[in-house]
Amino acid sequence: MYDLLWLIPFFPFLSAILLVVLGSRMPRAVNGAIGAGSIGLSAIITIIIGINFLTSPPEGHSYTQVLWSWIDVGNFTPAISFHLDALSLVMIFVITFVGFLIHLYSTEYMIKDEGYARFFAYMNLFVGAMLVLVLGDNLVLLLLGWEGVGLCSYLLIGFWYKKPENGYAARKAFVVTRVGDIAMLIGIFLLFMHTGTIHIQQILDMAPRIWVEGATIPVAASLLLLGGALGKSAQVPLQVWLPDAMAGPTPTSALIHAATMVTAGVYLIARTHVIFELAPAVMTIVAVIGLVTALIAGFTALTQTDIKRVLAYSTISQIGYMFLALGVGAFAAGMFHFMTHAFFKALLFLGAGAIIHALHEEQNMFRMGGIRKDMPVTFWTFLIGCASLAAIPLVTSGFYSKELILWKSFSSQLGSVWFYIFGALGAFITAVYTFRMVFLVFYGEKKTEISHLPGTRILLTLVVLAFFSTVAGFIELPHTMGDFTLFSNFMASVLPSVPVLEYSLGTEFLLQLIATLLVAVGIYIAYVLYVKNPEAVNNLTASPAGQGVYTFWSIGWGFDWLYDKVFVQPVIFISRINKQDFIDSIYHGIAFATEVLHRLFTKTQTGKVRWYAMVLVAGAIIVITLAVLL
Amino acid sequence: MTSVAMEYGIVLAALLFSLGLIGIMLRRNLIFVLLSLEIMLNAAGLAFIVAGARWASTDGQIMFIFILAVAAAEVAVGLALILQHYRRYNTLDADLASKMRG
Repeated sequence: MYDLLWLIPFFPFLSAILLVVLGSRMPRAVNGAIGAGSIGLSAIITIIIGINFLTSPPEGHSYTQVLWSWIDVGNFTPAISFHLDALSLVMIFVITFVGFLIHLYSTEYMIKDEGYARFFAYMNLFVGAMLVLVLGDNLVLLLLGWEGVGLCSYLLIGFWYKKPENGYAARKAFVVTRVGDIAMLIGIFLLFMHTGTIHIQQILDMAPRIWVEGATIPVAASLLLLGGALGKSAQVPLQVWLPDAMAGPTPTSALIHAATMVTAGVYLIARTHVIFELAPAVMTIVAVIGLVTALIAGFTALTQTDIKRVLAYSTISQIGYMFLALGVGAFAAGMFHFMTHAFFKALLFLGAGAIIHALHEEQNMFRMGGIRKDMPVTFWTFLIGCASLAAIPLVTSGFYSKELILWKSFSSQLGSVWFYIFGALGAFITAVYTFRMVFLVFYGEKKTEISHLPGTRILLTLVVLAFFSTVAGFIELPHTMGDFTLFSNFMASVLPSVPVLEYSLGTEFLLQLIATLLVAVGIYIAYVLYVKNPEAVNNLTASPAGQGVYTFWSIGWGFDWLYDKVFVQPVIFISRINKQDFIDSIYHGIAFATEVLHRLFTKTQTGKVRWYAMVLVAGAIIVITLAVLL
Repeated sequence: MTSVAMEYGIVLAALLFSLGLIGIMLRRNLIFVLLSLEIMLNAAGLAFIVAGARWASTDGQIMFIFILAVAAAEVAVGLALILQHYRRYNTLDADLASKMRG
């Protein structure tokens, strides 16, 4: 049964090739069927393998399928081989299942686009690369998938390439993530140099035996791998590319920039968690970066007017929570939030896409409003997604995963009460900006007329995702609510449960109550500011201090400005003063001298026989004279 | 048999060679250029004969026969070329055939 594993990435790659070669010659319906169908097949195989894995787990709770050897030089022997364990199973389930729903949605959403086949080719290529990334059993294959998804992200952000700013956003995403990728590449070299193997499982087995906690090599390697993770997962200080990545089509934002690719960093850290555990200082850095990112992105989301940018910043913020979980050693909690986040954030992006489509491609929330009666299914599913994002207690999946992270950030040995306080503050801000979005889009007066209502495939996708956004949380319940730990038990074979300090149930309940109250207050504030008393917001932002803060937040805490001044402008300056390229001038000089000599010597070629004879005689005289004299 | 001193023969050959060379360099008429070439060949031949006589060797005469054969072949080819040149330009001026200048 596990033999079928290779088919999971195979189908997306096959259909990507089919669509590239034959896409433009086939009708749209066939393109859509191939594009979505291939991911559907992968999802079915994933579910079959998953059920098999749950009922009769393979020996050692992992299965490796070696397809063929890729490179074989000394002990550098990366093979095309896939490694299935609980961690990669959760990842491939989310990638294929959510991926399939998003593809299904796209068959309707993109139907009028001239690049229909191209879109599905890129999307399928992305899914294939992402599957290689999470299934690869060695770091080189992982890197292949890692760069593959980066390429597809670039292609899809710049999908509407006729607008130059989309191309700019695509290049920005590519270059910024490349900064992290270089660090990651060096980290991989370092691990290979010191362990002599490229296979992840072997490295993880060896690491605790050859290194002590806090040794230089694991600290350096984990820092470098973290660099790659920060770039891919859009964490501070490499988060600037993700908001601009919203230039791509909305299903792309849902699949790549919310559900799957941006969580590759989380996967990388969870996958190599043994190395991170040997570097406790780096773990703390991961947690602090996650928390800082969660807060910065949360405050930025408060001031955005574009609905997709709100969701983009919210994605950055939620991945910050996942990093917080990883940083305090709660790897399973991070993966749990990854899964619930994939469901509700994909739902929110797809819902936003439906709204944007319905309102003449309007993305500004302040020109939306009052559409809840006209689009009831979209409204209710979007509301479920928002409730999950804001972590409304008991009925949403986001509540269970976020509570788990907050509780672990407090109770873990690596945690601290400050992590909890700032995490809860982040949850409060999340509630405010989430319901600000709901109230602006669905309540109030209608500002833009609805031009076109979403069809069955879009609504079906939304409903299925809304269902999973609700029930996905019930597989892991906190101690105060039955202590049901299906998910962390499942992950325990790969990701060890973190040692926690003992606290009474009362403490846990109290902390949950505080977080819940903060969420409720946040929603109430959003209600007061954007429904009951909209003047208050205007007064707040009109005051000098308010205006300054608003501007500072709305430009994303000035990171773009800073990077422009520190990196972009100097590069442009240097390239301007070095326009002639002084190294090239040496070669230009050689070319010029050759040309001058050429002109000179062509003068001697007069075409007159007598002249040639004279030159011959002169030459002979010179040679003979020399021979006689010397 | 009294023989002429070798130096006279060599000087005569050098004079003939120089005259031929000057003719090639200065005359534009292709017929004269060809004639000058023949003179140079014969100067070389004379030098061989004189040297052969001086050292009583037959090699000089053998070389002269070679030179005669080469000269005959050269005249055949040269006259054909001159004929072509004349047909094309209606003149025998060698300087006009300068299309292959750089």
